[in-house]
Amino acid sequence: MASSADARAAVLGRIRKAIGGASSADVARAEWEAIPREFKRAASHERGEVLELLVERLIDYDAHVVVVRPEGVTDAVKSLLEARGVRQLLVPVGMPDGVLPEGFAFVVDAGFGASELDAFDGVVTMATVAIAETGTVVLQNAAGQGRRAATLVPDYHLCVVQATNVVETVPEAMVRLQATASLATTFVSGPSATADIEMTRIKGVHGPRFLDVVVIEDAGSK
Amino acid sequence: MRVSLFITCYNDTLFPETGKAVVRVLERLGHTVEFPAGQTCCGQMHWNTGYQAEALPLLSRFVAQFKGAEVVVVPSSSCVAMMRDHYPKMAEQLNDAALKREVEELLPKVFEFSEFLTKRLGLEDVGAYYPHRVTYHASCHGLRNLGLGDGPLRLLRAVRGIDLVELQGVEQCCGFGGTFAVKNAEVSSAMLAEKTTAILNTRAEACTACDNSCLMHLQGALHRQRTGVETVHLAEILASDDGTR
Amino acid sequence: MSGTALDPRTAPVFPMAARSAMGDTQLRKNVRHATDVIQGKRARVVGEMPDWQELREAGKRIRQHTMAHLDVYLEEFERNCTKAGGVVHWARDAAEARRIIVDLVKATGSDEVIKIKSMTTEEIQLNPALEAAGIHPFETDLAELIIQLGEDQPSHIVVPALHKNRQQIREIFRTKMNLPELGERPQDLADAARMFLREKFLRVKTGVSGANFLIAETGGVCVVESEGNGRMCLTLPETLITVAGIDKVVPRFQDLEVLLQVLPRSATGERMNPYNSIWTGVDAADGPKAFHIVLMDNARTEILADAEGRQTLNCIRCGACQNACPVYRQTGGHAYGSVYAGPIGAILTPQLMEMEHAQSLPYASSLCGACYEVCPVKINIPEVLIHLRNKVVEQNGMRNVEALAMRAMGMIFQSERRFRAAQRMGRIAESPLVRKDGQGQGWIGWLPGLLGGWTQVRDLQSMPKETFRDWWEKRGTDGK
Repeated sequence: MASSADARAAVLGRIRKAIGGASSADVARAEWEAIPREFKRAASHERGEVLELLVERLIDYDAHVVVVRPEGVTDAVKSLLEARGVRQLLVPVGMPDGVLPEGFAFVVDAGFGASELDAFDGVVTMATVAIAETGTVVLQNAAGQGRRAATLVPDYHLCVVQATNVVETVPEAMVRLQATASLATTFVSGPSATADIEMTRIKGVHGPRFLDVVVIEDAGSK
Repeated sequence: MRVSLFITCYNDTLFPETGKAVVRVLERLGHTVEFPAGQTCCGQMHWNTGYQAEALPLLSRFVAQFKGAEVVVVPSSSCVAMMRDHYPKMAEQLNDAALKREVEELLPKVFEFSEFLTKRLGLEDVGAYYPHRVTYHASCHGLRNLGLGDGPLRLLRAVRGIDLVELQGVEQCCGFGGTFAVKNAEVSSAMLAEKTTAILNTRAEACTACDNSCLMHLQGALHRQRTGVETVHLAEILASDDGTR
Repeated sequence: MSGTALDPRTAPVFPMAARSAMGDTQLRKNVRHATDVIQGKRARVVGEMPDWQELREAGKRIRQHTMAHLDVYLEEFERNCTKAGGVVHWARDAAEARRIIVDLVKATGSDEVIKIKSMTTEEIQLNPALEAAGIHPFETDLAELIIQLGEDQPSHIVVPALHKNRQQIREIFRTKMNLPELGERPQDLADAARMFLREKFLRVKTGVSGANFLIAETGGVCVVESEGNGRMCLTLPETLITVAGIDKVVPRFQDLEVLLQVLPRSATGERMNPYNSIWTGVDAADGPKAFHIVLMDNARTEILADAEGRQTLNCIRCGACQNACPVYRQTGGHAYGSVYAGPIGAILTPQLMEMEHAQSLPYASSLCGACYEVCPVKINIPEVLIHLRNKVVEQNGMRNVEALAMRAMGMIFQSERRFRAAQRMGRIAESPLVRKDGQGQGWIGWLPGLLGGWTQVRDLQSMPKETFRDWWEKRGTDGK
């Protein structure tokens, strides 16, 4: 598109005029490295406290949370699904063994259309990382987590988080995500919500109205 | 200490009692007060309204009057904020290296009145007696630009006989804002109404602050509404005593 | 305020618009309530961050650095986004951006689009352009839906319908969604929106969004939202068109470690908003099959060229300055005559208009500094306001009453002799206006001309007989 090329040249030209000439990538890199980052970048709590913080913050934003030993995962998932009264459940490709219980219809995502996704009662996934301080689970388009629409259209999401993937702070999470930064990524902090009406927080507008989180303790802990 | 007083143009013209009170407090504390006679205005009104060309000569004038001072005390937080926040940039604009250096030397010696007492002298009790119910309004420039914090309140708490009551929304602007009160009179009035309501709710006899511009604004409405509530600069409270000294 | 778009070129001056806004007591009540609630929430979650000032400083430095190397980072973004299958378009101004988007939608064959809340699309008045081309845009953010169905205009960057209360929203939904029985609990209203939009999410094949951040290092785009409507628009359609100001770029993925901390806490008072989406170009197994991004200038380079105004571009559109502003609190957003209201609007709008319109906005502030105090990237809004006031004064020239008075005052302050004469003159000039009260104190209850605004609700104490300097001199000669 010729006009787009003109526009590109024009905009970049204006920028260079405004900043006093073309910038150089090398200079930019050196200056970026020198930006002071004196805020908290590493964990300041013991592991046990970090998990407790995650649970507290998830609950604070209306998620339901259970913490289980590795051998108790299947049972925990089972009782959560029963409590929610859901049967027809979507799961991404690559769910690990030992998470999904018997007695439910788990259907592996085969690239369903939006209306087909809408017909599921819920979805069960893993997570790449969870952030304790903000009560956030981060999902990427990877094995056990799947594409973004799958955790969006069904009204219920159960997310299983390994304690080894729990970090305390946002900066720690960004470090963990750096290697896979180009994958489609969603930060989920509680169920869908809005405060657009008189600043009253309402749970569940368009995304899943219900979020359960199962945190699997480290095998070696306690 | 040798204290040079910068009274500011509107205190000089409209609120001489504040200046007298500053002199009384400083002398009671054993300091010598000087008043450079050629002083006029810091340039805030011009600068903040967009008249930079008119403000610039006032910088040179201020520096000429006060250079060599041991400390400069100013009973107006907004004027001190004007100097601290804008004088270095103004000197830069004038492209006058000598002036820039003089500004850099002078500014650390310039103090708002309450700031001078609490931060420079480390005082809280200055021997005042003021048996009245009083509320304190934190003027914006003192609060945010100068970071006075609870300094003025600590001075007030040490006043004997005072009944100090907290003002709801103490950090909210009274709506003065210099020419803002004239250019946006309706909005300014609405902000003022919230502030006077808060003052009346304290049932205080007087409202105090570190800035007569805010107080003049508040007084304008408190008088119009015949509330009987007075406004009084912090210096005037600190200058009051029971006559035994 | 009806369906007429907020346009700084035709909007009334701020004092006039503010007067009519302040006549709406319901609006003022709604705005006060909303801003009080958000400020309280913000204060709580900011208060739990001991490193907040360090985060603000880092946020400022990252944004400053980006602006200083904007050409490098935009080109890097373009390269990486293109490599990942995205198509990058450039637009010099709003008209060009609108044309590109309309053409892209037309090329998909759809005559409807679903939209995420985007102030950039409001800035360029995209919806009227789409409608003129026979394309129906569905706003999907709850607040934007309220605005669209209510034929209203946004009044806040983050909570565009904050000027409406639940009863007013119910009336809009009742009529426009044909739901006569609709309740007025916020939950009822949100449920109605969910039902109303669900079908559109599942059906409409083209999405339009703005962007919070463009990541140069990866070519990725980040959108921050709460309801999930954003995720719907970003993932379900076959084609996604994103429009972003060139100021939205950040150097690296890692920089989100700062911005994703300061933005939610400042914007909605949450530790993290419910959803952040990051995508990079096109992923065959996830989301739209086609992704277009329009990088728009629209006077941003003019702002970039102004050393003192440049920091305006650091804005990450959190709206914290609006919530903290005592002026916005009284008037709400429409009085600013622009989709960007409040303190940030007062500096952004005139600059986006290249200082040709909206000249009353830099004066729509008491310079109290509450905006600067809460800004997560430390934009010194009062400083920029003063800078813009100077530009306005220079444009207006010295041939007007205010300028002449200011010049005269300036001359007076340059001489002690003239200053003393003026003090004496002032006492003489005011004397016809002064009335004595019972205690012998003089008061002025009416002032002429420009100063009349003062005496509408305030009295002015008359000038004392003796100035401070007179007293000081007498005291000297008395030997006291």
